[in-house]
Parts: sequence; C-alpha cells; structure tokens
Amino acid sequence: MNLFSRTSQALSKTVISTEQSEWRDPSISPVAPPTSGAPSMARLWPWVGLATAFLVASTTQAQSPEPWKQIPVPPLHAFKPAEPTRIELPNGLVIFLQEDHELPFISGTILIRGGSRDEPAAKTGLVSLYGQTWRTSGTATADGDILDDRLEAKAATIETGGGVALTTMSWSSLKSDFDSVFTTTVDLLLHPAFKADKLQLAKSQMEAGIARRNDDASGIAAREASLLVYGPKSSYGREAQYATVDAVTLADFKSWHDATVVPNNIILAVSGDFDPAAMEAKLRSTFGSLARGKATPKFKADFTGPKPGVYVVDKKDVNQSNVAILGLGTERNNPDYYALSVMNEIFSGGFGSRLFQDVRTKLGLAYQVSGAYGSSYDHPGVFEVTASTKSASTVAATQAMLDEIGKLKTVPPTPDELRKAKEEQLNSFIFRYDSPDKTLNEQVTLAFFGYPKDFLEKYKTGIESVTAADVSRVANKYIDASKLAILVVGNQSEMTTPVSTLGKVTTLDITIPGTPPGGPPQQ
Amino acid sequence: MRLRHLAAALFGTILAVAPLLQAQDLASFEKRTTVKVLPNGLTLIVCERPTAPVFSYFTLVDAGSADDPQGASGLAHMFEHMAFKGTTEIGTTDYPAEKVALAKVEIAYAAYDAELRNLVHQDPAKLESLHKVFLAAQADAEKFVIPNQFSELAEQNGAVGLNASTGEDSTQFFWSMPSNRLELWAYMESSRLAHPVEREFYKERDVVQEERRMRIDSSPTGRMVEQFLATAYVAHPYGRSGVGWESEISQVTATEAEDFHKKYYVPANIVIAIVGDVKATETMPVLEKYFSTIPAGPKPAAMTTIEPPQFAEKSIIIKEETQPFYIEGYHRPDYRDPDDSAYDAITDIFSNGRTARLYRALVRDQGIAAEAEGFSGFPGDKYPGLFAVYAVPLPGHTTTQMRDAIHKQLDLLKTTDISDEELQRFKTRARADLLRGLADNEGLAHQLAEYQTRFGDWRQLFRDLDKIDAVTKSDVRRVANKIFMDSNRTSAQIDFQAPTQRAPASTGGAQ
Repeated sequence: MNLFSRTSQALSKTVISTEQSEWRDPSISPVAPPTSGAPSMARLWPWVGLATAFLVASTTQAQSPEPWKQIPVPPLHAFKPAEPTRIELPNGLVIFLQEDHELPFISGTILIRGGSRDEPAAKTGLVSLYGQTWRTSGTATADGDILDDRLEAKAATIETGGGVALTTMSWSSLKSDFDSVFTTTVDLLLHPAFKADKLQLAKSQMEAGIARRNDDASGIAAREASLLVYGPKSSYGREAQYATVDAVTLADFKSWHDATVVPNNIILAVSGDFDPAAMEAKLRSTFGSLARGKATPKFKADFTGPKPGVYVVDKKDVNQSNVAILGLGTERNNPDYYALSVMNEIFSGGFGSRLFQDVRTKLGLAYQVSGAYGSSYDHPGVFEVTASTKSASTVAATQAMLDEIGKLKTVPPTPDELRKAKEEQLNSFIFRYDSPDKTLNEQVTLAFFGYPKDFLEKYKTGIESVTAADVSRVANKYIDASKLAILVVGNQSEMTTPVSTLGKVTTLDITIPGTPPGGPPQQ
Repeated sequence: MRLRHLAAALFGTILAVAPLLQAQDLASFEKRTTVKVLPNGLTLIVCERPTAPVFSYFTLVDAGSADDPQGASGLAHMFEHMAFKGTTEIGTTDYPAEKVALAKVEIAYAAYDAELRNLVHQDPAKLESLHKVFLAAQADAEKFVIPNQFSELAEQNGAVGLNASTGEDSTQFFWSMPSNRLELWAYMESSRLAHPVEREFYKERDVVQEERRMRIDSSPTGRMVEQFLATAYVAHPYGRSGVGWESEISQVTATEAEDFHKKYYVPANIVIAIVGDVKATETMPVLEKYFSTIPAGPKPAAMTTIEPPQFAEKSIIIKEETQPFYIEGYHRPDYRDPDDSAYDAITDIFSNGRTARLYRALVRDQGIAAEAEGFSGFPGDKYPGLFAVYAVPLPGHTTTQMRDAIHKQLDLLKTTDISDEELQRFKTRARADLLRGLADNEGLAHQLAEYQTRFGDWRQLFRDLDKIDAVTKSDVRRVANKIFMDSNRTSAQIDFQAPTQRAPASTGGAQ
C-alpha cells in the first residue's frame, strides 16, 4: 500500500505535496454542507435516445478533417440507477436505505439540522468545537480514547462534525462488525459525555488555526471574500476569534445537543451490504421510541451583497496575487437556474470556456482561474471569479476577468458555444448517479433542503431546453458589474500598475484580534 | 451485484445471466482482469467492473521530475501540461503549415535565448529585436491553433475528472467517460502519446511559472519543503524542485520538451489501465488498433545517480513572519527493499487515526502541537526517499519542543518493541483499506497501473498483504535503529520573526 502513501496523506496534500496537478479547482460553493456530494438522480431514463442525438449533433459540425468524427459512438448500455428507499417514522425521523453489496461494508450518516449559521455570534466556532468534542469525549460508558482503541482495531470509524447548516455523525465498518459499531454510534448520538479536557483540546487546535490564518494568501482571499459578500455580521461572513472560541462552554454543547438531536430534526442514511427488511426493523426499533422535539427553524437569509470597490490585503512575502471579483449569487430553486448553469459552463466550465481560454491559454496570466454565478440550496450563493497571477500582472489579469464578465452581456453565446456547453453537461450527466452512494447523497441532500426528489431529472430537461436567448436574458438580468467588489491579496510593492487604476481602494485590516491563551508565537 | 438486484427486482428472470461480482479477492480479479503487452512494448490492463455504463482510465508514464535533464528542472511537469495541447490532428486548422511555423518559432527562440544568456557581451538592442522576431513567429504559429480543442473534445463527450499530475517518480494522465466513448478515448489518448504537438509552448511556460508562484514562492510551507529537499539530497534529483527552479523553468524550450518525449514517452515505458463497463474480448482489439501505432523505442536507461550515504546532520532555519513549523527526514531505501512494509508499519503507528503515537503524545497528552505525523517515501519511493516527520506547534510552543518530542518517539521505537495491538491494527487496517478501494473505477485504474509498473504484475496489489502480514515487532525496531540516526537526519523549521526585523523575502519569480 505504501506506493500511494506519498499522495494519499490527507494533510501532505496541502502542506507537503510535491505533485503538480494540471487542473484548477472546480468551482466550489463555500457554503455547501459537508454532506452535499455530487448531485445524482432519482428516476430511470431512456439513455439510448440521448446518446444517439448527440452523435448526430456532433457529426453536423465540419471544419478541418476531424477524423474523430468518424469514430462510432454506440448507444450507451441501459442502466437503472439504484434508488434509495425512503422511510419516515411516526416521530418524524427520515431514513434512506441504499443497498450496495459490492463490498462487505455498512456505512451510515446521521444529519441533524442546525449548524454554525445558527450559533450565537459571540460564540462563533461553537458548532465546530461541538463537532470535534462530541466524538473525542465519547459516551458515559466508553470515553473517546477507549472508542479510538476499539474502533481502530476493527478498521472502523465513528465521526462527528459541525457544518454550516447541520451537524453530522457517521460510521463505517465491515459488515461483520456492524452490530457493535452501530450500538456505539447510537450510544454516542443519544448519550454524549462532553468533557472539559477534550473541549480544551479542540479549542487549542482552533486557536492554532486562527493564529495561522494569515500565513496562507489563498486562505486570506477565501475568508475575506465571504466577509465582503455576506458581511461581517452575517453567519456566513463572520469568523471565529480567540474571544469567541474562549466563550464556548460544555453547557453550550449540552443545550445544543438537547435542542437539535430530536427525531423530527434528523435524516439517517445507511448504505452497504445489508438485508433491507432486517435493517429497517432494526432502525425502527432503535429510533421509533424517540420523542419529537422542536425542529430547527428554516434559515432566513438577508444578504445584500458586497459594497462595490477595490479591497486590498497587502502581503509582503508573496510574488503572486490572489484576485477575486465578487457578487451575490442565487438559490438553486430559481427558475433561471438552468440557463445560469449553461451560462456558467460557457463562461468558465472547462478548458474550452471563455475565461480559461482567455486568461490562461491566450494571455498566460494564470494557472488557477475559475468562476461561476454560484447557487446554494437555501440561501444565495456567491458570484465569484478568481485567478492567481504574478504581482506585476495583477491589474492586467483583473481587467481581463472584468472584460470576460462584461462580455457575458454584450456577446451572446454562439450556436457552437451553446452546443458545447450543453453537451458537456448532458454527456457527463451519468456521473451524477453512477454509484449507489451518489444517488443516496443526492436524495438525502434534496430531502434535507426540502427540494423535490426529481430535481435532478428536471435539471436534465431544464438544461436541454435552454436557448441562446435564455443565456443572454439571464446574463443581463443577473450580472451587474456596478455591484461587484474586487479583492486583491498580494504584494503591492511588486505591482507595476497600482490597483487604484481599478477603482477606489480600501485596505483591509486582517490583524488577528487578541492573543491566543497559550501565549504569543515564539520570536 | 447491484445490477443483479435491480434486474431481479425489475425483470426477475434476467438474474441468471447478469454478471455477479463475487468476493473481492485476487481470484475474482484474475477472472475479470486482462493484461496485454503490445508488440511496441505498451502494457494494457482491462478490468471489468460493469456496475454502471462508465469507465475510468489511468495512463502511467514511468518518468517524472526525477528524470528532468540537468539544467532543465521542471521539464517533465512542463511536458505533462503540453500533453493537453493537442496532436497533429486535434487542435490545428492546418498541421503541415503549423509545423513549419513552429519550427520557425524554435529558431527564433534559440537566437533570442543565445543573446539572453550572453551575459558578457549582451547587446540590448539586438536582444530586443530578436525578441520581436520571436514574438512575431509565435503569433504566426498561433494562427493555426484551435485552443484547448483536445480537452474540449473530451469534455464535450462527457469526460469528468480530466487531469494529470507529475510526481518525482512518474507522470500520470486520467479521466472518466461514458463507456460508449471508449473508442474515441483510445483515439485521443494514443494520439497524444504518439504525436503530441508543442504548440503554445511559451505561453504555457508562463502558466507553469504561475503554478510555481502559487505552490512554492507564495506559500511558506512550499518554500520550506523546497529547501528541505534541496538540503536533504546532495546528488540525487529528488533534491531538485519538481516544478522547476525559476531560472530553469523560465528557459526550457519546446525542443527540449520534444526530446524529453522522444526519450521517455516510449510505449515500453507506459502502462495504461482501463476499469469499468468494458469487456476485455471486445475492448482489447479496439485498444490494439489505436495504441499499437505508437512507434516503439528503447526503454530509457536506468538512472546512474545513487544518493551517497549522509554522514552529518543538516538543518535549515527559516526566520520570517510566519507561524512556526517543524519537519525532519531520514533517508530510507527504495520501495523494493525487503523492509518496505516495516516502514509502512511505522507510518501507521505514528500517524493513522487518534490511536497514533504522534497524535497521542504531542497533540492529546502534551498539548504542544496542533498536528503531528510521520510518513514514508517522500518525495518519492522509486529511488531512496525520506521517512519524514513533521509537527505544527500550538501558539506559544516552539520548534525545539517539536523536535525534542519527535525524537523521544523515535527513540522509543528504537528501544522498545511496539505493542501487539499496534502491530495487529496496522495489518487489519491495511487489509480493510485495500478492500475499500476496490469499488471505485478511478482508484482501481490507478492502483493496477502503478503496481503493474512497479512490480511488473498488478497482482502484487493483493500480494502486498502477505508482506504486511509478515512484519514483526523486531522488524520495526531493527528498521528504526537502522535509519533514525542523527547523522542521517535533515531538518527544516520556520521560526517566527516580527516584521520589523525581517529580511526581504527571497521568493524568486523574476520576470
């Protein structure tokens, strides 16, 4: 197994990797909950028609010889994605079961509504600390350290975590260890024993993160971007400080747990090598007797977007600027979501997209360049266009990015652009539901956010029907250059053209307030 | 197995004909895995996993940054980027004309480059005019380019996870696609291996320099690790920057990239694994049709350089306005060493999970570090790499404390046997990890290609478990005593220094 350890070290990927990768990060939603995997599908479709249709569409294009167009693309083999079974208990707890007998494992995730966006501002960091301390403390009968020994001896895991919209507990083990691992999971879910030493451990680690947060330029850019778009008071913009971490107590955990761990606030997803009838019976008997409680109220977003202008963080030890052009995005249930998705694909979807072609390929100004008019499930996402470029070309790269944003409105998609964007989305569509875990994740995510279960099926139809006029319409409706902020994290002394040529400059103060309780860094 | 269940549910009687995936052991893989070495030397592996109508492939070229020629560090990585620029058929409006134009670019660049490096008698006016000639030639060649057509063609046909990476030991290319695009993929992959065109080379060189700025120059740990490896190695190329030293990566040429391709991208040096909804009987002939056209060439000669034994401890101390960090490394043998699995055992015992020794000692009990781990085979393991250990101090704690605490753990490994539980846990987890990776086309393609390259037989992926099972407590202690010596150590640390005292950052990246 050691052959791969050099690349599979979770941390060394970010800290000590010597591998260079060709591609840039896919556009990410900074607000996605930890459970929202790649979307997937729910129903069964006739795939043959789709594949043939594209073969015909492709062959009508003729430029140079293009010998690949002579290569046959046969109909895709028929495929019926595995659909999870949904069970709702009388007390409101929702269960999804997904059989998958390929490997002898059983895994599960428990999603509990309520996350860091619901914690008090003065205790920012509470949910994250809760997510760590829950597992490390353990239960009244088996403390966390004993759980570590027992589980790791079986190559099994039980983990807890705090996210933006939810907290989670997940487990995984060999099928033969299911009974004991599941019993412990339930014990931890219902009878946690939050402990002072483990809270302290979690706090020190979070403080280390705060102390280090200005070392990494891309980290600064990501943080300040959220702050600019959502505002310092919003639960999506604010960040943990030494003082807010210090304010968190064990009593906070207890009341958070009591308030959120009620059956009508929980979705449980189980997948793997089990007998569904026996599993259903076991889950019913385990969770059926839990009494209902008060469900976490729906999240209310009240975001206005960034104040336009140029925002700068000066960082002396870098020779490359992280540039982000920022605005507010939309929600996924927006009827224009499909047209916006096609617009995104044309703008920055892949190697052939406008942004990549221009800023990276034509101008050679950036390795990492990406952007999307983002959407989230229950609050507006972020419209974000980013690139990293050498200090001297900061303004030139930003200008190129702004030009491409402007062209979304002034240059309608050509028939070729539209066709390619739709083909990219539709021909890769199978990868949204090609494994039982993906279809399960999709259904759980939709259920969590109250979306219809056929969302993905509708998405496909929606993409198919998007026209060039639709793309132009949404570009004009949603893209407003006068509402965008520009963020630059870089070394101003190396910038040959000053950023002030881009607009009125506000210098951001990123000084970390206070000092860590453990003492200041060594000097 | 999923197919069987769905088929049973939907059609009942189809059950008998649908393929069954039995227990995930070597025997089951032997039934559905086919290897073929083509006459030109290329190795193909087809593994049938028909759970969904998709496939993943992994092309492994047995050459990486360690093979960069002297004076041209970063070339292997540069070539990896160029493998997305298309072929004589893809990405061009008129290849014969483009070929002529590209040759002119090389002549113009060589003239400019010669004047650029003529440090004593450089003529600025001449330099400028040569640069103009080069830019004009470049613009002329670009007229024939259909930018990014190769990647676009893949994406339009449903490719996902389209990427490549360059390590010290190898270069790899991979994506996943709907299975009805297999032949199209075979055409594309074989053409870029056989007939890549170094178009837009000098612009891509700028892109790669941005990658260097991102990964190394503008990252405190990136800068530190580059210096750490450069210090640990005196002779072997593992000590060179994989992305390339700034001066070298800014001067490599398309001609050098072509030469690198000619030497290292020969079929005998390449293994390709395909996993998914494919049948070997139907797929192999298609693959043969395309991949057997790649011209044969001799397998490159093995590297002569062997890192000489280290006989004195080396350390570097970086003082800057960055939070502290500590790492140290010890030279170990390459992956073929009979004790290879004992190093894996130490990695597991030091770093895996919350029972890991470094976590328990430095993070949980002493409360001095936010993280601490050890790992083997850095920056590679085809040649003797390092066993490295690092720790991230909590605020108020020093790199010296990290170092002392790590040494205590290394000493313990040398003086006292590991426990039965630790040894057993390592073996159990190795088995479970292998198993967990088997239901994933992408991961499987990677593993099959890598084991086939390293051992000449993908079956070693399963047989490695026997090596792991054979590890004893005394093996671990013996190996620890062999390599964890002061004279075999290189360390690197960052110590915080307040901004007023800071020296100017030496971050390279000159234009």
